[in-house]
Amino acid sequence: MTAQVITLSSGKGGVGKTTAVANIAVALATEGVKVVCIDGDIGLRNLDVVLGLENRIVYDIVDVIEGRCKLRQAMIRDKHLPELHLIPAAQTRDKTAVSPSDMVRICNELRPDHDFILIDSPAGIERGFRNAIAPADRVFVVTNPEVSAVRDADRVIGILEAEEKRGPALIINRVNPILVKQNDMLSAEDVLDLLGIPVIGIVPEDQTVIVSSNHGTPVALDPRSRAGQAFRNIAKRLRGQEVPFMGMEKQGGLWDRLQKMTGRR
Amino acid sequence: MDDLIAAIRIKGMRDGLLVSLPEGGWDEQSAVLLAQIDAQQAFFEGARLALDVGSQVIKVNEMVELRDRLSERHVSLWAVISESPATEQTTQLLGLATRVSKPRPEEQQSIDAGPISQETALYVNRTLRSGTRVEFPGSVVVLGDVNPGAELVVQGSAIIWGRLRGAVHAGSAGDAEAVVCALEIAPMRLQIAGEILQSPAGNPEGRPGMALIRDGSIVLEEWQPAGTGQA
Repeated sequence: MTAQVITLSSGKGGVGKTTAVANIAVALATEGVKVVCIDGDIGLRNLDVVLGLENRIVYDIVDVIEGRCKLRQAMIRDKHLPELHLIPAAQTRDKTAVSPSDMVRICNELRPDHDFILIDSPAGIERGFRNAIAPADRVFVVTNPEVSAVRDADRVIGILEAEEKRGPALIINRVNPILVKQNDMLSAEDVLDLLGIPVIGIVPEDQTVIVSSNHGTPVALDPRSRAGQAFRNIAKRLRGQEVPFMGMEKQGGLWDRLQKMTGRR
Repeated sequence: MDDLIAAIRIKGMRDGLLVSLPEGGWDEQSAVLLAQIDAQQAFFEGARLALDVGSQVIKVNEMVELRDRLSERHVSLWAVISESPATEQTTQLLGLATRVSKPRPEEQQSIDAGPISQETALYVNRTLRSGTRVEFPGSVVVLGDVNPGAELVVQGSAIIWGRLRGAVHAGSAGDAEAVVCALEIAPMRLQIAGEILQSPAGNPEGRPGMALIRDGSIVLEEWQPAGTGQA
């Protein structure tokens, strides 16, 4: 097997990249797929916290790059899911400790033994972002239904196009159907209308996400969580299954449009 | 390659053209520049070119090669502007200038008065996304949207086969005859020559429209198919 490398990016911070990486990874691993997550946010790591693995870190990605340990030693196995591993970021270094070619090399080393490699990109469009997208086969752009987040996502998509990273897909996170209905929030349709790229997931706003992130147990493990369901659906779509978008609201015409964007009929 | 071609910025100046290259390796950059020149021979023929290479270090033989290949195309390289001292030395070694004077508005007009803005248009076959800026000393045709946060600055007219939601400045060198056309006009900022659209609310129905200067201020008109309305 050879792994697909997927980078999650956004431009703007705080839209839920790390949460999305953790949840998609967990959802994939629950289905028995071999997944490695790489925290690309050197100096501001937090994927380990969201996955509940912070107290197991011995070596990190900078140790691998600088030859202080083997790649295997920096891979932390998840507490519950044997197929899930994390390569944590260094907390005491900065982005310049890693180069795009280091990321490509590490991913190439991981590819033969895994199905998916998920990279959590830092916010911004500078060095850390360039590192994170360098090895990517696909990039998922995470955004919120907010004007500022959409603007930044647009910028990121522009950069991806210029770098010839083909076929970016969109994850719209924290959609609040009630606010959308009251016309107080952009609808998923408004976001798609502007960005014009296919969508792979729409995640509803869900308070349990924050609670579970703090506990280090991603919501994708909670069968009752609506956000968890949305992330599980993304994982299924990644594996090539056709999953309809969750009926979070009747927004008239949205679902037709989504189907068009995802290329289903 | 097409993306890179569009990332080349070309400015008209008193002393000729100032070209800023997109980020990338030198081989790719020079190939893209030459491809752009080949694609628009009429525009570049006989031009004096100043090249802004940013902080990149360029070796003597690389610069010589580019100069020769430009002169094959009847384009003369007379200046290379660089932030790198090494490249500046190289430039001086070849007897090229390392500084150019900033373009002055009246000089830009003199370029605009020439045939360039009438005859030559840049074709941009993609959506201009946030953070993109396209400048061109002629007209521009965009096949795609101009998104919020993108800027289009052209000395001629801007024709957008898509939605205009970003900023556009047509007739940037003072041509009041320039127009802006789009399938949907809802710009963040719309300027033609020295005028700014006072209430850039756009055409609410999202129908194709054209902005032009009439009686000294910009008006937005819905586009009328020929034969059904005004001429």
